[in-house]
Amino acid sequence: MFKIVDLGTRHVGPVTLSVAGGECVAIRGASGSGKSLFFRAVADLDPNEGHVDLKGRSREDMPAYEWRRQVALVPAETGWWADRVRDHFVDDGVEALLEAVGLPDALDWEVNRLSTGERHRLGIVRALQAGPRVLLLDEPTASLDADMTAVVEGLVKQQLVDDVCVLMVTHDPKQAGRIAHRTMIMRDGGLHSASGAMA
Amino acid sequence: MNSYISLTYLDLIGASVFLILNAVFSFVLKLKLERQLLFSSARMVVQLLMVGLVLKAVFAASSAVVTGLIAMVMILFAGREIWARQERKLSGIWGYGLGATSMMFAGSLVTVCALVTQIQPQPWWTPQFALPLFGMVLGNTMTGVSLGLDTLHTALYRERTAIEAQLLLGRTRWEAVLPAARRSLRSGFTPIINAMAATGVVSLPGMMTGQILSGVDPQEAVKYQILIMFLIGGATGLGVLGAVFASIWRLTDQRHRIRLDRMRAAST
Repeated sequence: MFKIVDLGTRHVGPVTLSVAGGECVAIRGASGSGKSLFFRAVADLDPNEGHVDLKGRSREDMPAYEWRRQVALVPAETGWWADRVRDHFVDDGVEALLEAVGLPDALDWEVNRLSTGERHRLGIVRALQAGPRVLLLDEPTASLDADMTAVVEGLVKQQLVDDVCVLMVTHDPKQAGRIAHRTMIMRDGGLHSASGAMA
Repeated sequence: MNSYISLTYLDLIGASVFLILNAVFSFVLKLKLERQLLFSSARMVVQLLMVGLVLKAVFAASSAVVTGLIAMVMILFAGREIWARQERKLSGIWGYGLGATSMMFAGSLVTVCALVTQIQPQPWWTPQFALPLFGMVLGNTMTGVSLGLDTLHTALYRERTAIEAQLLLGRTRWEAVLPAARRSLRSGFTPIINAMAATGVVSLPGMMTGQILSGVDPQEAVKYQILIMFLIGGATGLGVLGAVFASIWRLTDQRHRIRLDRMRAAST
């Protein structure tokens, strides 16, 4: 369903990878190995070369803003541009998602009072609003306690049931074992299968 | 009512007494401003004396080519000033060219229109009218453009995460940078808006004061000043709009990305 062919930037790649609908791929690797840059390239946020297809439709065939609605990246550091949380959500149909991540009243909060963990959970909800077919999650549970980690993992599993494919950067091999169907290792800008073979 | 009083160089020395007094205070109070004060006043005196000589020669030559050349030199210097006043600049020729071109188009368009349709000297490029008018319009447009670009570039750099968050949600580059663009335009427009609001109530503009001191009827001086303020406001607005949107175009691309790689690191 989701095909990446020879995707590369000045710092990463070339990377080739296929992910099926409903499949979760965990990406691990040392800090600075290029995991976040790889995600930025997939989301077309940095200049890059190569091909990325979603359901047979090439990224180049659609405007970047349409691509990013279907291939949603939640970066490790979420960005906020208005004072109120409510102003970052496009419509009112988010209550169920906010409930699911344990933040039912968050729309009425001020952004500058959010903790890092709350920002992360709200960032995921924000990305899910547009109903993406691919989710790129960069360390989605890095600043969460065990309970909230379980909540976010549950949300990711729910997306997999709905046939969304998920690529997730994690440093935790146990987490990769819990929700990913396979694990890839990013090393020196290249993506390798955990068994050692080049992807 | 033509009572022009000519000044002697001795009068100018006399007028500098209070500035020298400030330098003495600075020395006594160890403020360390005396050198800067004296150096910048000396620089101002030399620049103005030289420009007086140059203008005298240009007016005497009364040539369209010479007038055009002087206008070009003014644009080049003002462009350099716009470039130097930005903490973060576009890289390459864009750093100088974008601000200077916006300012040149806005300043030239407004000045030529005013010369041809309102002031109407014969010929329209008569240097006594064209150069002082162009200088005033250019100087203010320069300030607006440099403030607008400086605010925009700093905002794009510091707020990159927030802007990219909007891009990641499927917004276009124009939608994502709109808040930063608004702030930059406001910043570029503020000096001329403040100047228009204060003119006549808090301050009497230099040009009008000069005309009144040289014996022109105050009502005539006021009419000229209103004309000048409209021209300056119009040119500043056009220049800032052009520069800010051209810079957004340059610092983003067709795939709706922020391209900070097209900006130089901040000067320290």
